[in-house]
Amino acid sequence: MTDAVLAERLVKVYGKVRALDGLDLQVPEGRVLALLGPNGAGKTTCVRVLTTLLPPDSGRAEVAGVDVRKHPDRVRRMIGLSGQYAAVDEHLTGFENLDMIGRLYHLGRGPSRVRARDLLAQFRLEDAADRPVRTYSGGMRRRLDLAGALVARPRVLFLDEPTTGLDPRSRTDMWQVLADLVADGTTVLLTTQYLEEADRLADRIVVIDHGRVIAEGTADALKAQVGGEVIEVVVAAEKDLDEAGRLLSGVGLGAPTVEAHLRRVSVPVRAEAVASTVLIDALRRFDAAGIGLLDVGIRRPTLDDVFLTLTGHPAEQGRDGSGDSGGAARPVDSGGQDGSGVPDLPDVPGAGGRDGVAAR
Amino acid sequence: MTPATGTVPAGDAAGPFLPDGVGPGRVPPGRRLVEAVSDGFVVAKRNLIKVKRVPDLLVFTTLSPIMFVLLFAYVFGSAIRVPGVNYREFLMAGIFTQTVVFGATITGMGLAEDLQKGIVDRFRSLPMSRTAVLVGRTAADVVNNVVVIVVMSVTGLLVGWRIRSSVVEALGGFLLLLVFAYALSWMMAVVGLTVRSPEVVNNASFVVIFPMTFIANTFVPSEGLPAGLRTVAEWNPVSAVSQAARELFGNTGGQPVTSDAWALHHPVIYALIWVAGILAVFVPLSVRSYQRAAGR
Repeated sequence: MTDAVLAERLVKVYGKVRALDGLDLQVPEGRVLALLGPNGAGKTTCVRVLTTLLPPDSGRAEVAGVDVRKHPDRVRRMIGLSGQYAAVDEHLTGFENLDMIGRLYHLGRGPSRVRARDLLAQFRLEDAADRPVRTYSGGMRRRLDLAGALVARPRVLFLDEPTTGLDPRSRTDMWQVLADLVADGTTVLLTTQYLEEADRLADRIVVIDHGRVIAEGTADALKAQVGGEVIEVVVAAEKDLDEAGRLLSGVGLGAPTVEAHLRRVSVPVRAEAVASTVLIDALRRFDAAGIGLLDVGIRRPTLDDVFLTLTGHPAEQGRDGSGDSGGAARPVDSGGQDGSGVPDLPDVPGAGGRDGVAAR
Repeated sequence: MTPATGTVPAGDAAGPFLPDGVGPGRVPPGRRLVEAVSDGFVVAKRNLIKVKRVPDLLVFTTLSPIMFVLLFAYVFGSAIRVPGVNYREFLMAGIFTQTVVFGATITGMGLAEDLQKGIVDRFRSLPMSRTAVLVGRTAADVVNNVVVIVVMSVTGLLVGWRIRSSVVEALGGFLLLLVFAYALSWMMAVVGLTVRSPEVVNNASFVVIFPMTFIANTFVPSEGLPAGLRTVAEWNPVSAVSQAARELFGNTGGQPVTSDAWALHHPVIYALIWVAGILAVFVPLSVRSYQRAAGR
């Protein structure tokens, strides 16, 4: 099978920052790959290289077998790009925006107009079609931007954080639009900070950090590696934190996360395990040990959980840390850290960690 | 995996979804030129739609020259005496020149804004001509300048300015102003693509353009300036354009040029040399900046 997207040992350096540090990627024709990573991991740089916007310092990239550096113009005729910020012209109407893009793909005057109207209908923008985009909501702008990427029916679609900045309702809408698109057999490379999004839309997930791939596989395989849902407890007394960590490391996968200032301890469960069963088991142990709890719960894993398991540091942490801490996937080893079962973590602000990655 | 070497034959990789004209094959040079021209038109049209929908910019770029005409005509005009000619007639060519020079900042601001909003990224990911965004931008700004010049001419006529030459010469004067403005647009394009913020383009150009248009014969004859400054003013292309326009509009009052500077004796040629020089340097430079421009 041919790869619709191929990247080999891509390197891009900005000053001291290695935005891409030997990145390898393959997306087979008709598949959807999610590039998952925190801000600054190199996702956007990767998309910019693959869409001919940025020449890499070294390495090779091909789209549908065409080298992006040697024949950027031919690559551009086969791709669609929807960037992180809706790149639509505010003063033009939705129709004018799409018609312009069609003309610039050289579809011709008539076909451009027809295509623009079709896409506006497909993206439920018919009513707003002849209004300036400045009157659109954020979700509508994103849909229009995505429609723009589809004007020439590209073979390969690049979506850079298609739902960042959208409210939950618009995000769910967008997921539906993307799911339909994917069902049509378009090859898609999308980047995201949300594990849930990658899980929902992609066949395969590549986790990157510091411009390198640190894990790769199907969503299920990744979950098997990092665990499924996460169970968490809040202890009543701070002195019980260490004991709580020890107890949870006995029932979960990998080292529990302790957030001392919140008196919260959490641990992912094994992918095949039923989280509620594990939680009940854990509660029995807490009861037996006489540890009082204020709160218990089950939640879905976030990007932070993935990072913590794969690299030993939370997603945000990696940015200022040493360059090679996130270098390679670390074998997951339960209870591995200095016997206590508690990773050596500074206080991580709780709220940011729970929603994936807080804005930097 | 596909081997890196060799080219993909046209049509080979073109999937069934691709409409005519969209495919990985090579495009013959003739068609490429037609496409480039069409791309330039599409971009120019887009920029003009924007002017139509948000006329503020045009209104302000027109209002400030009107203000200048009125201020100079009625405030300074009462104190400034230019030998042999009505000051208001002397003044107009200078204000025309100053206005089109300032107008060039619109090119830079427009590009900086497109860059900031990610629109340049979108354009750069399309298989369009690499020069179209710049050609379309600068062409739209010529249209802008035509509108501004018309409004100013009417204001000038109202305060007593008259063209005292032939129609052909007068048209030549307007054309020279537009051509000079066009060249400056390419210069400002580089600035816009480099500094990436419309506000900075505006402020930065103000600092350069203000002295450039004042250390010249735009508002007062350069003969009276102190020696060092006078030389700068005499060889300033803004002076040449003002002088040329003044002569072509017949607004010199028949007074001969008293300066020894070659530039002021051959203002049209000297101005055109500048136009050619600016275009030769800044067209390639701005195309290069555009290709390297990174959005955010």
